[in-house]
Amino acid sequence: MNAPLVRIDNLTKTFVAGAPAAIEALTTQIRAGQVTGLVGPDGAGKTTLMRLIAALLTPSAGRIDVLGLDVTTQGPAIHDTIGYMPQRFGLYEDLTVMENLRLYADLRGLPDGERAATYERLLAFTDLARFTDRLAGALSGGMKQKLGLACAMLRSPKLLLLDEPSVGVDPISRRELWRMVYALIADGVGVVWSTAYLDEAENCAEVIVMNAGRVLYQGDPKAMTAQMAGRVFQAHGAGEERRALLARALADPAVVDGVMQGEAIRLVMAEGCPPPSRETIGAPPQTEIAPAPPRFEDAFVAALGGIPKRALSAPGRRDFSNGSVAPVEAKGLTRRFGDFTAADHITFSIRRGEIFGLLGPNGAGKSTTFKMMCGLLRPSEGEALVDGLDLYKAPSAARAKLGYMAQKFSLYGDLSTRQNLDFFAGAYGLSGARRRDAVAHAIETFDLAPYAKTNAGELPLGYKQRLALSCAIMHEPPVLFLDEPTSGVDPLTRREFWAYINAMVGRGVTVMVTTHFMDEAEYCDRVALIYRGQAIATGTPAELQASVRTPQRPTPTLEDAFIALVEARENGRKEAA
Amino acid sequence: MNGTSGSMRRIRALIVKESLQVARDPSSFVVAVVLPALLLFLFGFGISFDAARLKIGLVLEDPTPAARDFATSLTNTPYFSVREATDRRAFVDDLAAGKINGVVTLSGDFAERLARGDTAAIQLVTDGSDPNTAALTTGYVQGAWQAWRAQRAVGAPAPPGGIEVQPRFWFNPELESRRFLVPGSISLIQMMIGSLLTALVVSREWERGTIEALLATPVGVVEFIIGKLVPNFALGMIAMMVCVLASIFVFGIPLRGSFLVLTLFTAAFLAVALSLGLLISTVARTQFLASQLAMLVAFLPGLYFSGFLFEIASMPAPLQWFSTIVPAKYYVRGLQTIFLAGDIPAVILPTGAVLLLMATILFAITARNTKQRLD
Repeated sequence: MNAPLVRIDNLTKTFVAGAPAAIEALTTQIRAGQVTGLVGPDGAGKTTLMRLIAALLTPSAGRIDVLGLDVTTQGPAIHDTIGYMPQRFGLYEDLTVMENLRLYADLRGLPDGERAATYERLLAFTDLARFTDRLAGALSGGMKQKLGLACAMLRSPKLLLLDEPSVGVDPISRRELWRMVYALIADGVGVVWSTAYLDEAENCAEVIVMNAGRVLYQGDPKAMTAQMAGRVFQAHGAGEERRALLARALADPAVVDGVMQGEAIRLVMAEGCPPPSRETIGAPPQTEIAPAPPRFEDAFVAALGGIPKRALSAPGRRDFSNGSVAPVEAKGLTRRFGDFTAADHITFSIRRGEIFGLLGPNGAGKSTTFKMMCGLLRPSEGEALVDGLDLYKAPSAARAKLGYMAQKFSLYGDLSTRQNLDFFAGAYGLSGARRRDAVAHAIETFDLAPYAKTNAGELPLGYKQRLALSCAIMHEPPVLFLDEPTSGVDPLTRREFWAYINAMVGRGVTVMVTTHFMDEAEYCDRVALIYRGQAIATGTPAELQASVRTPQRPTPTLEDAFIALVEARENGRKEAA
Repeated sequence: MNGTSGSMRRIRALIVKESLQVARDPSSFVVAVVLPALLLFLFGFGISFDAARLKIGLVLEDPTPAARDFATSLTNTPYFSVREATDRRAFVDDLAAGKINGVVTLSGDFAERLARGDTAAIQLVTDGSDPNTAALTTGYVQGAWQAWRAQRAVGAPAPPGGIEVQPRFWFNPELESRRFLVPGSISLIQMMIGSLLTALVVSREWERGTIEALLATPVGVVEFIIGKLVPNFALGMIAMMVCVLASIFVFGIPLRGSFLVLTLFTAAFLAVALSLGLLISTVARTQFLASQLAMLVAFLPGLYFSGFLFEIASMPAPLQWFSTIVPAKYYVRGLQTIFLAGDIPAVILPTGAVLLLMATILFAITARNTKQRLD
């Protein structure tokens, strides 16, 4: 076993006297030569812990030793020996790549004699040598992340702290970063990697799983996952009925967790319960239930006590199952900005009661496509149709058919829950008894009554999300557009959100989602993979996975499929060039 | 590595970084160059308390040679645009409509009254609905009348009886308001650069999250602050040069004092403005809040209580007391003296001392409130 780099003993951090502590009575150790994952949902206290280790915050109680130095009294000495990359990478966007590197080399006191060699090594390592004169602000998310890492590594630190390095970074760049980090730990560097993505935990030698300022689990993630052996199952073949089946299965007290996985549903059983059968979960006869290898997320949700068993009343009362026209259609949608074509003849048609995903890395053109579909951006060519209505020929009639939930929840933070609901009801043209009825219904279905008088800005994340959704569907639209609805949201809140969406889809509501998260994509019936402005592949998640199946990779994940399809496209371009 | 040389190197790196950012950031450029230019030209050309070309109706009831002579002297000054008539009724409607600012009447017995030494030889009617212009018109007509009398008196026996008030305006004989507005606006510009820009560039580091990365390096808070102050101090001094050159060559304002004293005096004021900016930045962590606070704490008091736009002596007592803590008041007083009168130690030394004291106090408060860490 390696000697610990960081010793944390009974650490507590409170920001406001009387408020709940951000970190409570935490004791742990971080070792050299491995990646320690700091895993937990938003607000778990990950960033606070990172800043405490980096001697940027002072502990309220307890003690932290970093490389034998006390953070409270020996901050400057710690800053001399660690590398720290904050969220958003800490780069000066109005300086070039090289100027950023030079600045941090000066600040960290890199000796002149070592500079040329260090720059060369880091630029090669991060593959940024071609971009030294580019402004950091003009780099893609993945490149910014690499530059941030290079700046943190200028003096070969013994401890490298990376605070949510993979936020806003596409899966391909994410893999490259992991490759770089593995190269570092081979040299004996200790790396702390904080993340809200549970799938990243499986890449770590050790994880510290946090929730609400406390440690839920520390140790080998595989050991935590292994606890779930024999408790995870997949049900295939339920077809159109699978959403209803998931809802039924979750009603069984023996089922602690259940999610959609493309055409299958994934079920996690409570400890000691027998495997699910068609009878116990009410599955149709053609369904096949088979054990599945557990994932870290299964263990995480089980450690949190499983999915909340709250009776869901279905949001919305109208049924849209019977309609003749395609609810959403894009016909050759093209948008040019000057010479640049952000969206290039994108065509798809979404069926009624379907969840359709626009999947792609940042800057691929999915937001442009999404904005054209919402009627927020005029296409240079092509048509965007909602319920057969052209968003540019009949804008108000078409928009009345769709509900839209933005990524950052467009709520008024200083209005209460009820006032937000009242406002959005008014904005959708409801008045008098109809408005009162719609608001009362939203409060009832989304269980908002306990927070009716709380300002939206102060709501817990899960309630904020429910409120945003209830505002978006106040006018009971047949079509719902979601922009990265559950990014950075903890797994329980995410499950609850999708339970509402599934209930709506069950009554014929059509949903379009943009996302670069594979988890969200797995809730989709079909996805279109957008890359460099074009839809390079469209199909069910299973079809996309099957299309990249090779002998070396018999069971590709959706993320594998995404990366393989993008790389194939890139290789095709290079050959053509 | 030697600690001191490491520290110097870090400070130099921060200054280089800050300068590059200023050079590339449009908002710094706007605050440091466009805003000063705009203010200077607004106060230099746009706002003026001088009434050039007051519109006067002149009634000559009896055009005797003496009356004609006075009429010519009115017409020849640059201050009036004169229309003549022989009956005052010709101007009544125009005065009521505000088309002219006043009516000067030389009555039929003007020559006799003049000979008698009668003080009320001419009559002036002004438009009291605009008291400022009315007062100006009165002043200028009186001035013209006295000048004309004085001219005629040369060689003639002094008119009997009565003491005459002969106002003389030293240092600004033409009473051109531009001459005190431009030095006043320099103080506003220094305040903008010193306080607003400093508060903005520090809060920007909070807003963009870069301060976190900086503080996790060996950079200390003092080094960070010096890195912010030096470029802004330089910027303030450059802006002062631009303003002084513009004052002298564009607005034709004399610089009667020495350039050295002006520079030192400005440096003292910049020290106050920079400390104030830093103090704001210890509270404001967004650029929006920083700019609002800078406007409220630095710019507006500088505009209203520095005495260059509004006479402090005519304000209610509480406001007069308040004005004593407004640094711009001392700077404007010293600046106007340096420009219009010269290096007068009796003004420069006490005002300079007050500025240095203010800078020290503000800096001490800032140093105490600046945190070494994020919490």
